[in-house]
Amino acid sequence: MNSNIWILTSANAVTIATTLILAALGALFTERAGVLNLGVEGILLTSAISSFLAADSSGSIWVGLLVGSAVGAVLAGIHAVLTVVLRANQIVSGLALVIFGTGLANFLGKPAEGKTVTTIIQPLTFGPLTRIPVLGPILFEHDIITYGTIAFAIGSAWYLFRTRPGLELRATGDDPATVDAQGLSVARIRIRYTLLGGALIGLGGSWLMLAQSAAWHQAATTNGIGWIALALVVFAGWHPVRLIFGAVLFGFCLRLPFTLQAEQITFIPSAFMQMLPYAATLVALIALSRPGSKNLRGAPKSLGNPFVRDER
Amino acid sequence: MKKFWKLAATAAAASLIVAACGGSDSASDTTSAPAAKTDVKVAVVYIGVPTDKGWTYQHEQGILQLEQELGIEVKRVENVKDDATSEATFEQLAADGYQLIFATSFGYGAPMARVAAKHPEACFQWATGAKFLLTKAGGGEYADFPALPTNLGTYFGAAEEARYLSGIAAGKATKNGKIGYVAAFPIPEVLRGINAFTLGVRSVNAEATVQVTWTKTWFDPTIEKQAAESLLDSGVDVLAQHQDTTAAGVAAQAKGAKWVGYNSDVKEAAPDAWLTAPTWNWGPFYIKTAKAVAAGNCPADEAYGNMKDGMVTLASFGKSVDAATQSLIEEKKAAIIDGSFAPFTGAINKQDGKAWLKAGEKAELGALLSMDFFVEGVVGSAKG
Repeated sequence: MNSNIWILTSANAVTIATTLILAALGALFTERAGVLNLGVEGILLTSAISSFLAADSSGSIWVGLLVGSAVGAVLAGIHAVLTVVLRANQIVSGLALVIFGTGLANFLGKPAEGKTVTTIIQPLTFGPLTRIPVLGPILFEHDIITYGTIAFAIGSAWYLFRTRPGLELRATGDDPATVDAQGLSVARIRIRYTLLGGALIGLGGSWLMLAQSAAWHQAATTNGIGWIALALVVFAGWHPVRLIFGAVLFGFCLRLPFTLQAEQITFIPSAFMQMLPYAATLVALIALSRPGSKNLRGAPKSLGNPFVRDER
Repeated sequence: MKKFWKLAATAAAASLIVAACGGSDSASDTTSAPAAKTDVKVAVVYIGVPTDKGWTYQHEQGILQLEQELGIEVKRVENVKDDATSEATFEQLAADGYQLIFATSFGYGAPMARVAAKHPEACFQWATGAKFLLTKAGGGEYADFPALPTNLGTYFGAAEEARYLSGIAAGKATKNGKIGYVAAFPIPEVLRGINAFTLGVRSVNAEATVQVTWTKTWFDPTIEKQAAESLLDSGVDVLAQHQDTTAAGVAAQAKGAKWVGYNSDVKEAAPDAWLTAPTWNWGPFYIKTAKAVAAGNCPADEAYGNMKDGMVTLASFGKSVDAATQSLIEEKKAAIIDGSFAPFTGAINKQDGKAWLKAGEKAELGALLSMDFFVEGVVGSAKG
């Protein structure tokens, strides 16, 4: 057996995980504030194409990433206005955002069809560390966004569980009435973290487009990664560090069908492997949308409920 | 008051959906077609977009030739999935009075045949099709009709001729004798391509193998790039492909490997990796068919072009293909065109080593069109 391909598959799992971590972190911050944003897939797509167009016209990948993140925040802003200010049903608004984002992305994507991504984010070089057998390629051949994302996820755990604003955020998702009684604005906190979440999802979509895809190809650009990200938050119990490991595992599963084929391993049908991450996602999304979803381990207790002061 | 806001929010969410649907509709329909010089209304249904630098791009070049030659405007419908849902598209085009409808993917067959039976006034042309597969004997979905409609033709060509030639370039380019093939779907067309390519490879490099990975896609750069990268990770140093994108080429170039493309001459997508590619020239067929329909005939035969009539061509060579290899390929190409050589000429063994063709025996077209196995030298499963 060729052990090299397994090392490279693992290295690629980390690469694929970057988008998943960013999108799932975005969903996590939003949900920790008590807002369920199912529109991740739509935001990913629209920010992906926006980043492509921005990078293509400016010639700078960083402009692309910035524009993509901003577009993500704007789309999440629509969701925030609808669900926090106007108190619309969060599930309906999120699903509308998926459809709107997909359509908008396809419309914006017309001029990008047939163009290939030419700017590439170079991996960082760690000199001799890269040559460590097995761990070298897996840990030390990624770009700055991947390392930044993992560092940010770890920092998020500290922020959530060790700082005062983190406590306020968690309280807003668990018990907004108490936060309100403390004299804090629930609406403001929810809007702030929905926007932050949108920007993170937008960055994920931009990075997916600019660093990982070969070209823009409509809805297939993201291939349902937004839905997987939502499921990942559930599996990780709304904890940022567990989310990193989950994302790498999902990334490995997404790559595995091709590795198995390249290695002529046929006792597991590759179609079955291809299906696994999506099947797991389905289970998680059903659990998330059930009325009893508050009972899931780690779930914010008032996730999905609009906060209305005079109804208390 | 609260109720009002709830209503307003729901209305806003609904308008998002409407806006999105409106957006994508206007994006996929490009033109409506008033007839000008020659009085024939032509439409073409694309599986992808004309800018894909691959399959659809190449058809678009043919359609442009047709527009130029006849002075008409052809209606394009892009990004139509080649499954049962395409029937609505064909129905709409026929109802709109299009007299000639081209469709560029294998999966359009059964939906198109159903619409053709309902609209005898229109002429339907199914690219890559095989009418046999629509019949009960062929195991098709078309068994509920008494006979195949007479206003349905198919058109395709012997890409295997150019595949074989591109295999020679790949066989000469590989250093370790391991070649990867990013394959689309396990259907006869794709299997034929892989087999012809492999025969070309082994004609100059008898020990080389061609390792196949299935993506089950025609147009999905992300999946195709991942499949290509996995093949490269497993140690192949030349890649060939079947899909409508340049993703495999981009992946090959990034790893310093070589690449045999398909459909179009797109060496600029990965100039260092580029060897050559089997390509298509659909223009003459489109012009001939449109003229026939304008004169009141619908060609319902199964057109099968080749290198001799120019429907199948070989793209220009990349800089790493040396002069000796180029002249060897040109020599074989001349032999194919004058009929003295065909890629599927024995002795050829199947993948398991059992004999398929005896020495000097040529495969019949029927056997090629229903091919369901790999030849010796291919690594992987022909079942997908």
